[in-house]
Amino acid sequence: MLRLEPRLEASRTWAALTPVMAVAATMVAGAVMFALLGKDPLVAIRTIFWAPLFDPALAAYARPQILVKAAPLILIAIGLSLGFRANIWNIGAEGQYVMGAVAGGGAALAFYPLDAWWLFPFMLFCGLLGGLLWGLIPAFLKVTFRANEILVSLMLVYVAEQYLASVALGLLRNPDGAGFPGSRNLQTYESAHNAELIAGTGIHLGVVTAALAVVMVYALLRMHRTGFEIKLSGQSPRAARFAGVNQAVLTYFCLGTGGAFAGLAGIFELSGPSGQLSIDFNVGYGFTAIIVAFLGRLHPFGIVFAGLLMALTYIGGEMAQFMLNLPSAAIQAFQGMLLFFLLSMEFLTRYRIRIRRLERN
Amino acid sequence: MDFGAINPLTLIATMIVAAMPVLFAAIGELVVEKSGVLNLGVEGLMIIGAVSGFIVAVESGSAVTGLFASVFAGAALALIFGILTQFFHSNQVATGLALTLFGLGLSALLGQSYAGIKPPSFPYPDFGPLADLPVLGLLLFRYDALVYFSAVLVVAVWWFLGYSRAGLALRAVGENHDAAHSLGYKVVRTRILAILFGGACGGLGGAYIALIRVPQWTDGVTAGAGWIALALVVFSSWRPFRVVLGACLFGGVTLLQLNFQAVGIEINAAYLSMAPYLVTILALVAISGSGRRAALDAPDSLGKPFRASA
Repeated sequence: MLRLEPRLEASRTWAALTPVMAVAATMVAGAVMFALLGKDPLVAIRTIFWAPLFDPALAAYARPQILVKAAPLILIAIGLSLGFRANIWNIGAEGQYVMGAVAGGGAALAFYPLDAWWLFPFMLFCGLLGGLLWGLIPAFLKVTFRANEILVSLMLVYVAEQYLASVALGLLRNPDGAGFPGSRNLQTYESAHNAELIAGTGIHLGVVTAALAVVMVYALLRMHRTGFEIKLSGQSPRAARFAGVNQAVLTYFCLGTGGAFAGLAGIFELSGPSGQLSIDFNVGYGFTAIIVAFLGRLHPFGIVFAGLLMALTYIGGEMAQFMLNLPSAAIQAFQGMLLFFLLSMEFLTRYRIRIRRLERN
Repeated sequence: MDFGAINPLTLIATMIVAAMPVLFAAIGELVVEKSGVLNLGVEGLMIIGAVSGFIVAVESGSAVTGLFASVFAGAALALIFGILTQFFHSNQVATGLALTLFGLGLSALLGQSYAGIKPPSFPYPDFGPLADLPVLGLLLFRYDALVYFSAVLVVAVWWFLGYSRAGLALRAVGENHDAAHSLGYKVVRTRILAILFGGACGGLGGAYIALIRVPQWTDGVTAGAGWIALALVVFSSWRPFRVVLGACLFGGVTLLQLNFQAVGIEINAAYLSMAPYLVTILALVAISGSGRRAALDAPDSLGKPFRASA
């Protein structure tokens, strides 16, 4: 009979293997799903996972796009991973992302059409601040009233989305836009435009910032006391209390960092690839980043791979959309399945399966 | 301003119909949360219920068959969540989100060729002369059958949780799973059953949208109703009758917008739409901060993983 035995320590081998196995399982299950829906499974899988990287006709467009999509995912996920490690569940990154974009974009548009060197850093700062403050709301309510941060941060996503809708239609609407909803396009606003650093590569300042954030968080977790406290609170809250970890400060820190990173991701996206603050400005990066954080096993370098992979599925999904006539939401089925497989296999890192013969007495 | 343009009776009647989808989903999620499980996948359950109910209704030509299909589909999807969280001890937050993503994606794939079709209509019970009564007729006797079923369901859940032995066991499991386990209650089995019930209700709520409320299939037809249902459970502090009240209020908010516009009151629609979420946060703060009385209703083991020791 099969018996489960908890491991004393999470298995490192399995921790590294499970994401790979989960991706493989998702491809197989995805192929089955497409076959059942009457699409050629091999073509579909090839279009989603292979074509964006290696197809000679498409890769030139798709490769930079992968970086563009991966940057916000990685930046948000890396911030979230701190909280997840400490058992602080910020699932409102989508809202913090939106508020970062609104705050930063609003700041830049307030000075339109100013031409000044300080406008760009000021806009980024406001974006960071918008996300930070939005992330601190659940932290404050958790510390002061013990309100569940999962539910509060989630509710704030919808408040932020409605706020975005109201400013896109009102306060920040483009005065020269013939009454159409949406703000001025920041791509045409010289001093606020987050342009590509090297043309044609997709690398903009947000990509660089995401890379920096990964290194910073890695160093924090490895070398800094706060990093140690985060890990300790997650693994053993009781031990953390005895060690004198200030849970309130940690809550503010984790939710604040998550919010600030998400806000930055928002303003980089707004001033760069997206350009315009519109009702449908946010496309779910904040939620997908949660998958990225888990897929990367909350490890900074793991998150980089996970973010790139998830960006690949986005681009592949877009290609499948116009080449195979798949609905655009189909890619979410993939992402959901990936997370299912990952979560179920994660089991193997924490438990060992022992085969035991039934004993008779 | 001319409030005369708003007919209060019609408003209440439409408010009740608007409340149905979230009511079904929320009453299911309430039972799930009372057993100590936080399933954030309600939106996924609803949309899978919506698409499967719609497809089966169109193919079979019967809306009632469609509803049954949606109940099974919702429960089947919830079973994935149940197996992952209860047997594989996966993180409930992440699993719930995966459920929503998967549900949204799969429903878009399944429903691709069903957009723009009109589903078979749903039967309305005939109350004969009662339906023609001056005020009560409009208020009580002109709904579709599911509205009456929802009333039965809410009372049943209220009775089950408050007055039945099994309901007491379910609450015990949600309150303190270790204590419940040592008393001999089957924690995992109880939770799986609760999750299945939640899935069935979520599926039904989704089908209500696609088959009765809209009625049509479009991608993402549930439009965030699942998240509202989650908010509603907290807002009602885990009490069935308050869920009804809350569902009418939340459902009413959307209608109020339309009516306000009709009589010319200038309120930014966005601020009205964010109201349910803000109210929920306030309710959450009040519940968590106000010491014992109200906090007692919140299941203590909510979202915590359970692993039987030995």
